[in-house]
Amino acid sequence: MRPAGAGPVGRPGAGGGPGRGPVRAFVRALHRRPRLRLTLLLSAPLAWLVVAYLGALAALFLSAFWTTDPFTSDVVRTWTTANFREVLTTSVYWHVALRTLGTALAVTAVDIVVAFPIAFWTARVAAARHRNLLVVAVLTPLWASYLVKAYAWRIILSAGGPLDWALKPLGLSGPGYGLPAMITVLAYLWLPYMILPIHAGLANLPEDVLEAAADLGARSWRTFRSVVLPMVLPSVAAGSVFTFSLSLGDYIAVQIVGGKTQLIGNVVYSDITLDLPLAAALGTVPVAVVVLYLLAIRRTGALDSL
Amino acid sequence: MAGSGAAIRLRALSKSYGPTHALAGIDLDVGHGEFFSLLGPSGSGKTTTLRLIAGFEEPTAGSVELAGQDVTGLAPYERDVHTVFQDYALFPHMTVEQNVGYALKVRKVPRAERAERVRAALASVRLEGHGRRRPAQLSGGQRQRVALARALVDRPAVLLLDEPLAALDLQLRGRMQAELKELQREVGITFVFVTHDQGEALSMSDRVAVFNAGRIEQVGTPAEVYEKPATAFVAGFVGVSNLLTGEPARRVTGAPGPYSIRPERITLSAPSAEREAAGEHRAGGTVADVVYLGHAVRVLVDLDAGGRLTVLRHAGEPATEAAPGARVLLRWPAAHAVPLPADPGEPGTDPDPGAPATVPAPARGPH
Repeated sequence: MRPAGAGPVGRPGAGGGPGRGPVRAFVRALHRRPRLRLTLLLSAPLAWLVVAYLGALAALFLSAFWTTDPFTSDVVRTWTTANFREVLTTSVYWHVALRTLGTALAVTAVDIVVAFPIAFWTARVAAARHRNLLVVAVLTPLWASYLVKAYAWRIILSAGGPLDWALKPLGLSGPGYGLPAMITVLAYLWLPYMILPIHAGLANLPEDVLEAAADLGARSWRTFRSVVLPMVLPSVAAGSVFTFSLSLGDYIAVQIVGGKTQLIGNVVYSDITLDLPLAAALGTVPVAVVVLYLLAIRRTGALDSL
Repeated sequence: MAGSGAAIRLRALSKSYGPTHALAGIDLDVGHGEFFSLLGPSGSGKTTTLRLIAGFEEPTAGSVELAGQDVTGLAPYERDVHTVFQDYALFPHMTVEQNVGYALKVRKVPRAERAERVRAALASVRLEGHGRRRPAQLSGGQRQRVALARALVDRPAVLLLDEPLAALDLQLRGRMQAELKELQREVGITFVFVTHDQGEALSMSDRVAVFNAGRIEQVGTPAEVYEKPATAFVAGFVGVSNLLTGEPARRVTGAPGPYSIRPERITLSAPSAEREAAGEHRAGGTVADVVYLGHAVRVLVDLDAGGRLTVLRHAGEPATEAAPGARVLLRWPAAHAVPLPADPGEPGTDPDPGAPATVPAPARGPH
């Protein structure tokens, strides 16, 4: 029997039996206190975010101020800024940092140039019923393992490999392993992350704005330059956040096709067992660069379209 | 009006999307400096006509001439025509000034002259001092004005307006109607105005073309279209109308009709034995319902001859106290029973097949 006037009507099987009274009281208390409800809902994910995610970053930053025992390589918890001083004053680290930055920028530039025509085709040229299919096609490479793709490129770029073979009739040869190979492979790996936002940006361009440009006398190229490009720029910037930051931290593709080239990721990787605090200090460099990059990007409004 | 110097001349213009005919071959002439409205329900082909004139679509057949020149195959940027879009289509990343100056910049007008003309265009729509804002910072009415200034800044031969007032609230719309009409008179440019609002079309236009199902039903001045509707569709769509047809028509007028009678042309009185005056139709009936409209009263009368007529009387007139069930006499001058072509079974001409004697027309009429 349902007690008269109790709670919402017509909700069968809500516990039933002994636990009913306290549960209902609890539910009613929650209903009256939206703040408590929100706290309960968010505390677990927030704890994860703070402890596991930001905590790890904090630990990285903190350990960058420690030092190591020169004989055992064990971490010694004495406060020092020597690691940062070393990173900032050693020319090798400067070179590596600048090379990494240049690589990330080059990868981003290549991706923009390659992704724009593809996105333009998938979003505005291809028949509407094919568009979703094309987006899936753009995504499929992401389903394959990163390592498999990197090693596939190692084979393609190897001496006497498919690329050399294809270029031989023209009297040319492939770039071999090194910086150009690395930029190519990273640009290939992150390309979908650039195509997708640009596709979305182009697909969302209102048709009548393009018609208005033509109506006011602008030919296709002018419409593209003065209307399409500025309106899609935030999407391009959004894509560049991915390509730029992913390139900045990569060290595996570098090992596979980079030859002797070193990026920050590799240096961190090779230092991490020998001198963890130094590696941590090096590791904060890309973090700082990405933060600066995001601040710069924010001005374009790109973060709103992520 | 549309003699040799027509601003726009459409010949056998048709447009099909696959199996659907959006436009089924229309002929139309619009004169220089006319305020011309394309009026019709949605899907009647009026917007398609506008887009064909602008060049956004290619016709399936037929031709578009602007000022005597065939522009059928030309791109929008090759036509001396600008459009005011329904949602304004302002460039969101440009300031108001840049939006308005766009056409001039494309045509490489020198910077100083451009600034001067942009200023003048903004002044003509009373938006001085808003030049540096972005469209997102403007109200709907202001955006509307920017769109107008942008389209008028380089004085096109023809301005096309695609339901430009539809997104505005009622009061603002009334004000913009008056402003638009005044602006058109000032600049003397041919305006082609698409609307589904018959009140708007009647009050603003020099001439109106009434569209239905991809065809033009009638072209004429607002008075012609309202007083002398050419078809039952026009009678029903432009204003409120009674359709008297078949047996009831024969018993009242002596001919089967069909006739269109405007509700405000019918006089209502108590039944009398008075003789029928010459040139007058009269019919007895019973009041079925009385609807109070504020400025007027709508009386629905079931005729003894069959069918139902709507009568519109101004509030305060003696016969408006009629109560349901009362016996009344309806009279109207025979000249105001406008004979319509009897098109048997043509779809769309009889909006309410269930009540063959009358047309319960759209709710709002010009009063």
